[in-house]
Amino acid sequence: MKNGFVIFVSVFAVLFFSWSAFVLGPQLQLGGAKQVPVLNSAEVYPRSRPGEANQGLQVYRANGCSACHTEQVQQDGVACEVVLSSAGKNPSVVSNLLSTLNLRGLSQEEAQAVADKITAGGGKVETHIVAVGPDITRGWGLRHSVTEDFLYDNVVQLGSLRIGPDLADVGARLADANWQLLHLYAPKSVVKDSLMPPFRYLFETRKIGDAPSPDALNLPPGFTSPAGYEVVPKPAAKELVAYLLSLHADVPLYDAPFTPVVAAKP
Amino acid sequence: MTENQSNQIDASCRVPLLVLFGGAALWLVVGSVLALAASLTFHMPDKFGDCPWGTYGHLQPAADDALLYGFCIPAGLGVALWIFARLGQTPLRGALVPVVAAHLWHVGVLVGLVGIFVGDSTGFQWLEFPRGGSALLFFAYLLIGLWALMNFSGRRDSGMFPSHWFLVAALFLFPWIYSTANILIVGWPVRGVVQAVIAWWFGNNLVFVWTSLVGLGTAFYFLPKFSGRPLQTYFYALFAFWTLLFFGSMRGVPSGAPVPAWLPTLSSLSSLLLIVPILAIAIIGWKTVVGAAGQECKGGSFCMIKFGFVAFVLSALLLIAQACPVIGRLTQFTWFSAAQTQLQLYGFFAITMFGAIYHILPRAVGIEFAFPKFIRVQHWLAMLGIFVFVASLAVGGVEQGMKLSDPNIAFADSTKAMLPFLRASTTGLLLILVANLLFALNIFVMILAWKWSVAKTVFAFVISPLNKTEVKA
Repeated sequence: MKNGFVIFVSVFAVLFFSWSAFVLGPQLQLGGAKQVPVLNSAEVYPRSRPGEANQGLQVYRANGCSACHTEQVQQDGVACEVVLSSAGKNPSVVSNLLSTLNLRGLSQEEAQAVADKITAGGGKVETHIVAVGPDITRGWGLRHSVTEDFLYDNVVQLGSLRIGPDLADVGARLADANWQLLHLYAPKSVVKDSLMPPFRYLFETRKIGDAPSPDALNLPPGFTSPAGYEVVPKPAAKELVAYLLSLHADVPLYDAPFTPVVAAKP
Repeated sequence: MTENQSNQIDASCRVPLLVLFGGAALWLVVGSVLALAASLTFHMPDKFGDCPWGTYGHLQPAADDALLYGFCIPAGLGVALWIFARLGQTPLRGALVPVVAAHLWHVGVLVGLVGIFVGDSTGFQWLEFPRGGSALLFFAYLLIGLWALMNFSGRRDSGMFPSHWFLVAALFLFPWIYSTANILIVGWPVRGVVQAVIAWWFGNNLVFVWTSLVGLGTAFYFLPKFSGRPLQTYFYALFAFWTLLFFGSMRGVPSGAPVPAWLPTLSSLSSLLLIVPILAIAIIGWKTVVGAAGQECKGGSFCMIKFGFVAFVLSALLLIAQACPVIGRLTQFTWFSAAQTQLQLYGFFAITMFGAIYHILPRAVGIEFAFPKFIRVQHWLAMLGIFVFVASLAVGGVEQGMKLSDPNIAFADSTKAMLPFLRASTTGLLLILVANLLFALNIFVMILAWKWSVAKTVFAFVISPLNKTEVKA
C-alpha cells in the first residue's frame, strides 16, 4: 500500500462493517422492542420501575456498584422435574415408587416415563420445566437474564465481574428493605465475611430528638451507634434499596420458559 | 537523512511532546496510586466507608481511566506524531495547535476523573467520563490527529511503511468509536441492552484494537531500527494488519450476555480467528529481532519494546483463550479478564511507550535524562510488577471460576479464595507504582531542565547589548 487514500478508504470500510454489526444491527433488532406476554398469563413484562427505584438506579450507577456486581443470571439449559400433586388412594405404593425414581434433571421423554409409572401406581403428578445451571442452583434467579429485563432501564448496568453476588433477582431473594439498609450501612453485621465496603456516607448519624426516628436502623450488637445517637438512611440509601428490591427476574417468558412454582396452600 | 535534518525534525516536535508526555507521566502516577488504593479496599473494607470517593466503585474506574485516557492515549499520540515526522522526513508545522490540544486533553482527563469521584460517571466501563470531559477529549484528539495526518499527507519521503498503516488506522478509529459511544449511550441513549452492546463494542475497540494498532505501529518502527534488520516481512505485516483490524474490531460481547445470541457468537468466532494475525505478528517479531546483529538492549528502549511485544502476544492469547467455550465458561465474571486487560494496557502498551519515550525525548529536547540509571531499574520493576499482578489475578481468576461454577460451594468461599491472590496483586501494583514514579521523575526533571534552559536563553537575550546595526537603524 503506497497511497494514504487507499488506506483511509479500506480502514473506513472495515470499521463500517464492525459498526454495522455491533451498533446498527442490535439497534435495528432491539430498538423498537416492546413489552412481551408472560407465559400462561394475561400479564405483560416488563413493567417500568417505580420512580424511587429509578432514582435508585442512578445511585447504583454513581457509586459504581457494577464494578463488583453483575446483573446477568446464566443458565446451562432447561430440564424437566416431576412433582407429585396427589398421592391418590395408595400413598404407600406411591411413596415406595418415588423412593426408587429420579424426579429431577430429566429430559422430556424421561419425565413422561416417570410420570406414567407414578400415574400407574395411582398418584397424580405435574411435570415442571426448570432452568438449570450453577447460578440457578445458588438461588440467584429462576431463569437466565434476557433483553426484556432491561427494557426500561437507563442506564443498563450488566456488570462483568462477580466480586459480589449477582443482583438480577435480588429483590426476590432478599426482599426485606431493613436487611438491605443494614447491609449497606454495615455489611459485616449481616454477612460475616463480606468484602463489601460499608456505605456509611449514605446514612446520617444524628442525635436522637424528642423521639427516635421511625427510619432509624436497628443495628445488631457490635455495630451500634453511641448512646443517644441514631443512624438514619439518607434519601439516596432509600432509593438504592428501592432499586435493589425492584430487581426481579422471576417471570417465565418465551425466551426463558419455566414453570412457576405456586406456593402450596396451607 | 542528514543528522542536521533529523535534529530539525526532532526539534519541531519538542514542545507538543513535552506537554503530551509530561501530562501522561503525571496521570500514570495518579492512576497507579488510585489502583493501589482500590486494591487496598479488599484488605480493609471497613476503612473506606465514610466518603464516597473512597469506595472501590469510584477508585477502580478512575484508576483504569487515568491509565487509559491519562497515559496511554496521549503517550501514543505523541509517539505517533514523532514517528510520522521522522518516517516522512517532514518537520511538524504549526506546533502551537497540538500544544494547545494536548493541554485541552489533560484538562479533559481531569474533568473526567473529578466527574467519576462526584458521582457523574456514566456507569459504562471505559466510558465513565461525564460528557464535559468527553467533549474536551474528543476535540483535543481531533486536533492532534488532524495535525499528525497533515504532517503525514505532506511528507517529503512519499514512502509508506507498515508503521504508517497501523498508526493511521488508529488515528481514525478513536474519533469514530468515541463519538458513536458518547452519542448513543450518554447523549441520546438508545433503549435497553443495546446500550451495553455498544459499550462492549467501544471498550474492545479502544482497549484492544486501538492500543494494539498504536503499540504495534511503534514496535514495527523501533524493532527494525534497533535490531538493524528490516521488518520481516512487508507482506506478513500487511496480512497481520488487515486480519487484526477485521477480526479485532468484530468482537467485544461476552458469551452468555442477555442479548440476541448472534452477537456473542460472532464475537467468539472473531476472537478465535484472531489467532491468525497473532501468529503472523509473533513471526514478524521473531524474524526481525532474534539473531540480528543490532544493538544490545541493556535494559533500555530496545528491552522495553521487546518485552512489550512479547506481552502483546501473551495478552492476545489470553483474550483468545477466553473465547474457547471450555475456558470461557470458567473465567467469565472472574478476575481473569481484568488480568488480561492490565497485561494489554500496561504490560504491552505502557511498557512499549516507555521504551519509545526514553528514545524520543532526549532527541527532541536535546537534553539527556538526569537519572539514566533509573531507566534500567524502572524496566525491571515494571516487568516484575506486571508479571506478579497478571499471574496472580489470572491464576486466582481460574480458582474463583472453579468455585463459582460449583453451586455446592458457597459464594463467600469464592471471594475468600481470591484474597491471597488479591494480596499478591497489590504487591504487583506497589512495584508498578515505584516504576511509574521513576519514569515520571525522569520526565519531570527533563521538563524542568528544558524550562530552565528556555528561561536562561530569554534572560540572556534580554540583557544582551543591542546589536550596533539595529541601533543605527
